[in-house]
Amino acid sequence: MIRFLAGRLGFAALVLFCLSAFVFLLFFVAPGDPARMVAGDKATEAQLIQIRSNLGLDRPILVQYASFLSRAATGDLGFSYRNQQPVASLILNRIPATVSLVVGGTLLWLAIGIPIGVMSACHVGGLRDRIGQSFILIGLSFPTFVLGMMSLYLFYFLPRQAGFTLFPPGGYKPLLADPLVWAWHLVLPWTTLVLVTAAIYARLTRGQLLQVLGEDYIRTARAKGLSERVVVYRHALRATLTPLVTQLGADIALLLGGAIVIEQVYGLQGVGALAVQAVKNQDRPIIIGVVLLGGLFIVIANIAVDLLYVVLDPRLR
Amino acid sequence: MSVAPTGDAAFDAVRQAETRDEVVQRGSASLTLRRLRRDKASMGALAFIVVLLAFASAAPLVEAWTGHSPIAQYRQSGMTAMGLPVGPRAEFPLGTDHLGRDVLVRLAYGARVSLLVGVFASLAAATVGLSVGVLAGYLGGWVDVVLSRAMDLVMSVPFLLCALALVSVCGPGLWLSVGVIVFFTWTTMGRVVRAEVVSLSRRDFVRASRSLGAGPLSIMGHDILPNLSVPIIVYTTLMIPSAIVFEATLSFLGLGIVPPAPSWGGMLSDAAANGIYLVAWWLVVVPGAALLMTTLAFNILGDGLRDALDPKPRPIRRASWRGAPP
Repeated sequence: MIRFLAGRLGFAALVLFCLSAFVFLLFFVAPGDPARMVAGDKATEAQLIQIRSNLGLDRPILVQYASFLSRAATGDLGFSYRNQQPVASLILNRIPATVSLVVGGTLLWLAIGIPIGVMSACHVGGLRDRIGQSFILIGLSFPTFVLGMMSLYLFYFLPRQAGFTLFPPGGYKPLLADPLVWAWHLVLPWTTLVLVTAAIYARLTRGQLLQVLGEDYIRTARAKGLSERVVVYRHALRATLTPLVTQLGADIALLLGGAIVIEQVYGLQGVGALAVQAVKNQDRPIIIGVVLLGGLFIVIANIAVDLLYVVLDPRLR
Repeated sequence: MSVAPTGDAAFDAVRQAETRDEVVQRGSASLTLRRLRRDKASMGALAFIVVLLAFASAAPLVEAWTGHSPIAQYRQSGMTAMGLPVGPRAEFPLGTDHLGRDVLVRLAYGARVSLLVGVFASLAAATVGLSVGVLAGYLGGWVDVVLSRAMDLVMSVPFLLCALALVSVCGPGLWLSVGVIVFFTWTTMGRVVRAEVVSLSRRDFVRASRSLGAGPLSIMGHDILPNLSVPIIVYTTLMIPSAIVFEATLSFLGLGIVPPAPSWGGMLSDAAANGIYLVAWWLVVVPGAALLMTTLAFNILGDGLRDALDPKPRPIRRASWRGAPP
């Protein structure tokens, strides 16, 4: 177990190392002068040299990279080229919006996707299966930003034209200030996220259940006289947990690193919106920081998923 | 099953067939086609894809018919006095966008981008995934370890963020989009193929081949590859819609196809800028519906192909399954 964990941690470190090397190298070979971005167009050559030496840009790349790594390990990700604020705190400011979106969305898509998959699998070939499969197909095919724009049009603009505000057009309001306002602002982003993601979980649940429902232990459970609900939800669904957990870990981690598209459509000031903004501004320290944070979330999720396997599947203990 | 031969010389054959039912052996390809043809949803999807292909290849014809270039701005006829886009009308069948450009013509040229990127990126990613998967699965040992770890590595990368970083450095463009999509999607195929090859290479026919003196290349090419045709066809088809959405997402974020060249994602991005689509619904409905229907068609076709290529008996519905879950 400890050996296994050590292996996973080693791989996680390798992923982060490769990722940081990749972005660092990318920006090293990239055209454009960071000092010019910091100082603006009017800076003199002497000022630029001064800035380069302040930022350490005049040192060899390996030295720069080593000092970046050692500072990043302590949580110091450098300063934004634009406004000279520390990258770490810029990102931290954006975390609440992204986390609100992802956590609420996760609970909702599990609560919607799994029952739809169960309904579909328990009535294979029937009307309910066809409804479930249509939901899956449409959810999987809908590009997130198209769905987002359409729901903004339907649920924000049309009601507003009719003279009332059903939902706000976007923006993030802090949870602690007023939970109701917070939730109200997140209803449309949640719905969009949930509709496109729940389909994945419905399909996964359906597929796994179909494999399991024909097995002997299910027949045994039925023969014992257990109700169908207990058979499906306690005995059959248990076998679907492993792939569901795998998918869940990957999805949560990816979204925590920035629900880029949804944040962009709804103007949520989250990590993803920060990344898009930084790309448009060529603000490299922020891009590096966000990419590393995204990678960190993914490796943490991978390890968490591996540990959960052991909890869920007694054969692995 | 009886067949009705055609032609003049077939008269005797018909009489024979009437007296004794002729059994025709059907190859797996023709069986697959028969199954697929019976699937109405798949045929509808296929029809849509064919129409879309025709629409995309006829883009210059659409341009000639309307007389509007995809990048020209018709500020006189294509905009209201307030400077707003005009809706669908005789001169502009699908309306104009915020710069007075013809949406129909842009849609046709955008279809080229979507299909080109979707199909090309999927084929390239499938090829890479297939090669890596076969090598890892068949050779095993350290090759497998290295390649599998490489797949894990690519899969543990926040791909959209990395794509953003890459595009911010290299500048947006068509081929960079394709490259980014290929780099981050080949692992799906790689994993599926590897798992399949691991189980295939333990089968008797592979051992038989080896005992007859076949080398690894011959076994991989002649014995294993043909057995992978089902996952290859199905997964490549299913990769096309995700590649199309990936490209559209990059363009939507302003990191894909360089404006003013039309692409569906770019059209939606223009529509979203300043919320112009709120007063001009066709700017989101037209490219949005085109995008949705295209991905839907490829997904339906992929599912249909999977069912047709690999027919599994469906679990029988039991009469006792009455207690419906909520």
